[in-house]
Amino acid sequence: MLEVTTINKWPHYRDRFVQLVIYLLVFLVSAVFAWILFDLARGGLTHLSWEFLIESPRDAGRAGGIGSVLVSTLLILLVALTAALPLAWTTAALLAEYVPTTSQFGVTVRFSLQVLAGVPSIVFGLFGNAFFSVYLGLGFSILSGGLTLACMLLPILVSTAEAGLRAVPQSYRLSAAALGMSRTATLFHLLLPVAAPTLAAGLLLGIGRAIAETAALLFTSGYVDRMPGSLLDSGRALALHIFDLSMNVPGGDTPAYASALVLVVLLLCINMLAMKLAYGLQRRKIMTT
Amino acid sequence: MFQSVQNDALTCWVLRAGAVISALVMLLILAFLLIESWPVLDQITPARFFTDTSWHPIEGTYNLTPMLSGTLLASMGALLLAIPLGITSALFIVFYAPTHLALPYKRMIELLAGIPSVVFGFWGLTTLVPLINQLHPPGASLLAAILVLTLMILPTITLTTYSALKAVPSEFLHNAAALGLSRWGMIHGIAFPAARSGIVAGVILAAGRAIGETMAVLMVAGNVVQHPEGLFDPIRTLAANIALEMAYAMGDHRAVLFVSGLLLMLLVMVLSAMASKIGKNQYA
Amino acid sequence: MNQTDNNRENPFTLGPLQMGPACCDPQPVIQVENLSLQYDGKTALDNVTLDIYRGCITALIGPSGCGKTSFLSAINRLTDLIPECKVQGCIRVDGRNIYEPTHNVQALRRQIGMVFQKPTPFPLSIRRNITLPLREHGITQRTQVETITEQVLSDVGLWDEVCDRLDTAALSLSGGQQQRLCIARALALNPQILLMDEPCSALDPIASGVVEDLICRLRGRYTIVIVTHNLAQARRIANYAAFFWVKERAGQLVEFGRCQHIFESPTHELTAAYVNGARG
Repeated sequence: MLEVTTINKWPHYRDRFVQLVIYLLVFLVSAVFAWILFDLARGGLTHLSWEFLIESPRDAGRAGGIGSVLVSTLLILLVALTAALPLAWTTAALLAEYVPTTSQFGVTVRFSLQVLAGVPSIVFGLFGNAFFSVYLGLGFSILSGGLTLACMLLPILVSTAEAGLRAVPQSYRLSAAALGMSRTATLFHLLLPVAAPTLAAGLLLGIGRAIAETAALLFTSGYVDRMPGSLLDSGRALALHIFDLSMNVPGGDTPAYASALVLVVLLLCINMLAMKLAYGLQRRKIMTT
Repeated sequence: MFQSVQNDALTCWVLRAGAVISALVMLLILAFLLIESWPVLDQITPARFFTDTSWHPIEGTYNLTPMLSGTLLASMGALLLAIPLGITSALFIVFYAPTHLALPYKRMIELLAGIPSVVFGFWGLTTLVPLINQLHPPGASLLAAILVLTLMILPTITLTTYSALKAVPSEFLHNAAALGLSRWGMIHGIAFPAARSGIVAGVILAAGRAIGETMAVLMVAGNVVQHPEGLFDPIRTLAANIALEMAYAMGDHRAVLFVSGLLLMLLVMVLSAMASKIGKNQYA
Repeated sequence: MNQTDNNRENPFTLGPLQMGPACCDPQPVIQVENLSLQYDGKTALDNVTLDIYRGCITALIGPSGCGKTSFLSAINRLTDLIPECKVQGCIRVDGRNIYEPTHNVQALRRQIGMVFQKPTPFPLSIRRNITLPLREHGITQRTQVETITEQVLSDVGLWDEVCDRLDTAALSLSGGQQQRLCIARALALNPQILLMDEPCSALDPIASGVVEDLICRLRGRYTIVIVTHNLAQARRIANYAAFFWVKERAGQLVEFGRCQHIFESPTHELTAAYVNGARG
């Protein structure tokens, strides 16, 4: 009898032990996350001010602010989205609505996008440099940086939009067809509005990726930190600014901290908004079923 | 009536054109990497990338092995740390966390995934490197690269493991619980085997990310071209090498950098093809 | 809720055949000839020949998986949307084969409305649910759209319930209201024929009764084909009944005839067993 109870106790102790280990490791991960945020906040908050956000950098970034850098970042982002969104959303609509999942065409497009999603950003940088900057003659410019980013964003925009369209219940398509609506009208008036929250969430994730990107912009949009005059000017992105300040500018750590803080806060906000949209969609789906 | 039918055909063609262009981006990238690396691939036998005496591209010696070993060591080290951490994180979210902690912790991991590599690099440079320097100079080292990479691929492993565990049919777990299995017995005996292929696919994806990561490693690894002899030796990875030398590379040197880019891309392509193949076998 | 209907004073007797004017003189409006239907090579429906009469309610009965829903989808060519679905044979609506390549599918679906088992209002406002398909079919004049909206909502008895909140979400309606909205949406296109796929089975008994009353009131104005698992309902509302059964994994039509005939003196013993509850 005694023996039986001791055997039964063993899984219990093992359970306890595993639980302890898991809680410890989770605590470790959370602590490191908090440590990073705390470090950035401590290093950057004192330097952060309204002037820092709107002034152009002076003395290689040691003084002044990040105004022109923010403008360049925004312009690069706009170029990237203008180029990538129409392509991505048409591709997603085609993959989700018009071609069967198993068709050769669909499989090929999907495979190519999947490979694209895995390509390291430095390779995008090489390609952007060779194709946009040199071959098309755009030089080191916001335009070539933005177009390089557009290639990078394609996979994530397509996959989120396709998932969003596929999540629209099939019954809507059948009902719309039974009412004699054409597929185009169904797509524009019904499916896209219903999938809008996911499309928006994907868009925000794409924006997050774009403003976090450094390596792909190193040799495409360049380092110049003055206010860009046109899309053909070189412009320094925020992430690149942080890299340059910390690696190439002695004494640039404090503005680097402040810039990193700005970037991280911006990204946290964008990503939280994206999650909220995606989460809201899930909740609504539960309510209607 | 007929107009709307024509509209449908028109829409279909517009969408098709978009999709074709999207698919062509991939080919365009491959083509340009090949064109740019052709001058070197044409003249030099690939074996020279492994047998040359050293990496002195200006003098025409192109030994890539120190960079390759640096890349592989850093990635393997990071995987070694990130796999247990990531899997326990996913277990915590799915099985162990009280409800009010599971979602916040998952959100935190998702936010961690959104932190840019340059910020990880910057944090590593200003916080980790001085710490390691106190332990064993110079600080910028293989160890620093491993630690920063671990943080960067942890979310990938956690989130893929999470979805693989979530996809395990709950009847399995209910039945296991009804048979009186302990929690760990249930996870170890039922959940892991059922989710295995999904977890493996996630780990392979994470490996791809680690190999291709540039900025964070560039900032903390020291960037000395050498075969490291210990954790505290500085290293240079393939990706960091491209970022460092591209700015001034000319002629054959530039072409060699494109060759290493091509190499990186092929590595990642093989890994992602493996991941998708394994992921497809996943229990549905 | 208690719409009394003069067509239906005593719902439990058979013999409402004489009610609609068109039913006195049955003319086929849909002629199905040798219809077979395959999903992915597996036969779902095998060689069905059947006429549907104008202005009458035809009930399709039979066990699950015997191809009733597939039969409905074949009539308005919704089967086109299902990949790997092959249709053979011929369906004539008003004498024209709808599977001819030149036949305009959208016009066909406008002519034939369909209501599904689960209420499927679009996640839009109540008004937009009705106006969206109208606009698609070129009815854009505002006054006309408004008249039609009010007309069809009144027809389904929903106008009084929702007239003050037409711009609220259609998903906020109750299940029965949603289903009546779906019927109204189909009616707005002024179809000749209504296909109904178990329109009451996802509703509670009271809502189900309201929808059933509504279907009866539509008799005569529309030709209705309804799939139902509720034999009592089929008996109450239908003029004709078609009994389907699964043979060798393929759905087949066993017997078709006047409702009274099918329920009281069926020719086929399977039908007798099914309607008496002995099988299926």
